[in-house]
Amino acid sequence: MATTTTSSAVAKPMLAHKRPLWFEGVIHVLLIGCAAVSIVTTIGIVLILLSQSIPFFSEVSLVEFLTGTRWTPSFEPQHFGILPLFCGTALVAGGSALLAIPLGLGTAIYLSEYASPLVRDVVKPMLELLAGIPSVVFGFVAVVFVSPLVRQAFPSAHLSNALNACVVVSIMILPMIISLSEEVLRAVPRSLREAAYALGATKLDVTVRVILPAALSGIVAAFILAITRAIGETMAVSLAAGGTPRLSLNPLQSVQTMTAYIVEVSQGDIAAGTLEYRTIFAVGLALFVCTLVLNVFAQGILGRMREKYE
Amino acid sequence: MPANLEANLHLTDVLPHAADELSALAQKVATKAVDFFYGDHQALHGISLGMPIHRVTALIGPSGCGKSTFLRCLNRMNDMIEDTVVRGEILLDGEDIYRRGADVVELRKRVGMVFQKSNPFPKSIFENVAYGPRVAGIRDRGVLNEIVERSLKQAALWDEVQNRLRDSALQLSGGQQQRLCIARALATGPEVLLMDEPASALDPKSTAAIEDLIFELKETYTIVIVTHNMQQAARVSDQTAFFFEGQLIEVGATNELFTNPREKQTEDYITGRFG
Repeated sequence: MATTTTSSAVAKPMLAHKRPLWFEGVIHVLLIGCAAVSIVTTIGIVLILLSQSIPFFSEVSLVEFLTGTRWTPSFEPQHFGILPLFCGTALVAGGSALLAIPLGLGTAIYLSEYASPLVRDVVKPMLELLAGIPSVVFGFVAVVFVSPLVRQAFPSAHLSNALNACVVVSIMILPMIISLSEEVLRAVPRSLREAAYALGATKLDVTVRVILPAALSGIVAAFILAITRAIGETMAVSLAAGGTPRLSLNPLQSVQTMTAYIVEVSQGDIAAGTLEYRTIFAVGLALFVCTLVLNVFAQGILGRMREKYE
Repeated sequence: MPANLEANLHLTDVLPHAADELSALAQKVATKAVDFFYGDHQALHGISLGMPIHRVTALIGPSGCGKSTFLRCLNRMNDMIEDTVVRGEILLDGEDIYRRGADVVELRKRVGMVFQKSNPFPKSIFENVAYGPRVAGIRDRGVLNEIVERSLKQAALWDEVQNRLRDSALQLSGGQQQRLCIARALATGPEVLLMDEPASALDPKSTAAIEDLIFELKETYTIVIVTHNMQQAARVSDQTAFFFEGQLIEVGATNELFTNPREKQTEDYITGRFG
């Protein structure tokens, strides 16, 4: 190498090209392959849901499915109205949001505006710990710990009830609400805080009249994402809320969510290929549409928020 | 060798008039041997500077010389930065603003600030200007309308925005946004106005508008302005203070400091030999 010249300055850049150029191309293709796995999987799942739902909807009309008020696929007379399951899901997701949103937003405001860096350094890893607890543990806690408390407070409550599920699911979505809201609160430019403080605003003035309005769309998006998570939550809900499809908003009764129904059927002894079995694909599709719509909505809000400050 | 206001008196035998006039005025804000630390790093060394009432004091010096840090001490804006320490005295009408029990909210109502980058709230033009009065507890619609109109007129923005007060402030041009920020600062009825390079991000026309405005405003307010632009300091200020590496090198009547600096470092800086 570099035998024709005495200058080492010429030889050095040659050394940098020791790796053959085709290697770059191979890496490029490998990385595309990695990305393709998740895309293909997503498309595959949607296709399976659709293809398995089509035979179901050829026997049960879409109108009956969406508007029927009774869900009794496993006994006669069969009814396939998803509203009781939808109601169970809405009750658990809505109830947990009602509990988690004020608590989560309060914590996020505290962490972003009031807490010292020291406190923040202690609290944030603990929240991550909370986020890392497996959901079956929450289900177990709901059954052995929350349920007796609920029944002590409300003697008429069923052993498994929606309130149980609301309590544990609210704790499960809390870390998500806190970390996402805190992130958008802290993304409010420092210059806005300084402007407000320079006008003689107190911390509360700055938080309520400047930071929260500026971060509002991001906070709403965080709430929606957390609600999406609550809707999709399965394990804790199956254990805590029970398995009775019921069109009722009474949180003390046992209800069944869409996810809990899918678990029950997939694990039960229902023969594959029957109409009854196919219900899980139809319910899965409905669940997928719900979360997709909420997700797209939340991402749209977050995108608008980013534009505003960049 | 740090100079201070007393040292100005040396100038009197050279150009007596301007320095005499300045030293005869009451000092609205005065600092005495102010040291400032970011953690272990000392950013200001014993700054003693008097800012005469109803005059414009310009703070000049190269980047990182401490002039912005000094400005932000005057309304305790540095309180927001963790791990900072101020020593010495900063007097507003003779009262130490860092004294125990001093009301920092009240201080900031009396000492307004305009920042380098215009920072309107993502609210309407009206709400931006009304923010200060609102946090001060003014609820009466008529009073708010009056304050907003007066402040926008003082900031020479009223004619351009009077028909669209409900529009978002973010729709205004850069120069208009900065004048809106000035109007917002004026709306709290301050006595002192701190300006941190208020025109550095603006085009020449908007800069000229801001400079005219400063000239008008000093009738009513005491102004302290940080600027990188020497011509601007020469145009708008009555007194200029030159900072270098956290020291106050020289302070004097503006026309004297620019025509006849006493210190070699000042001369090198204003003639463009460094900085």
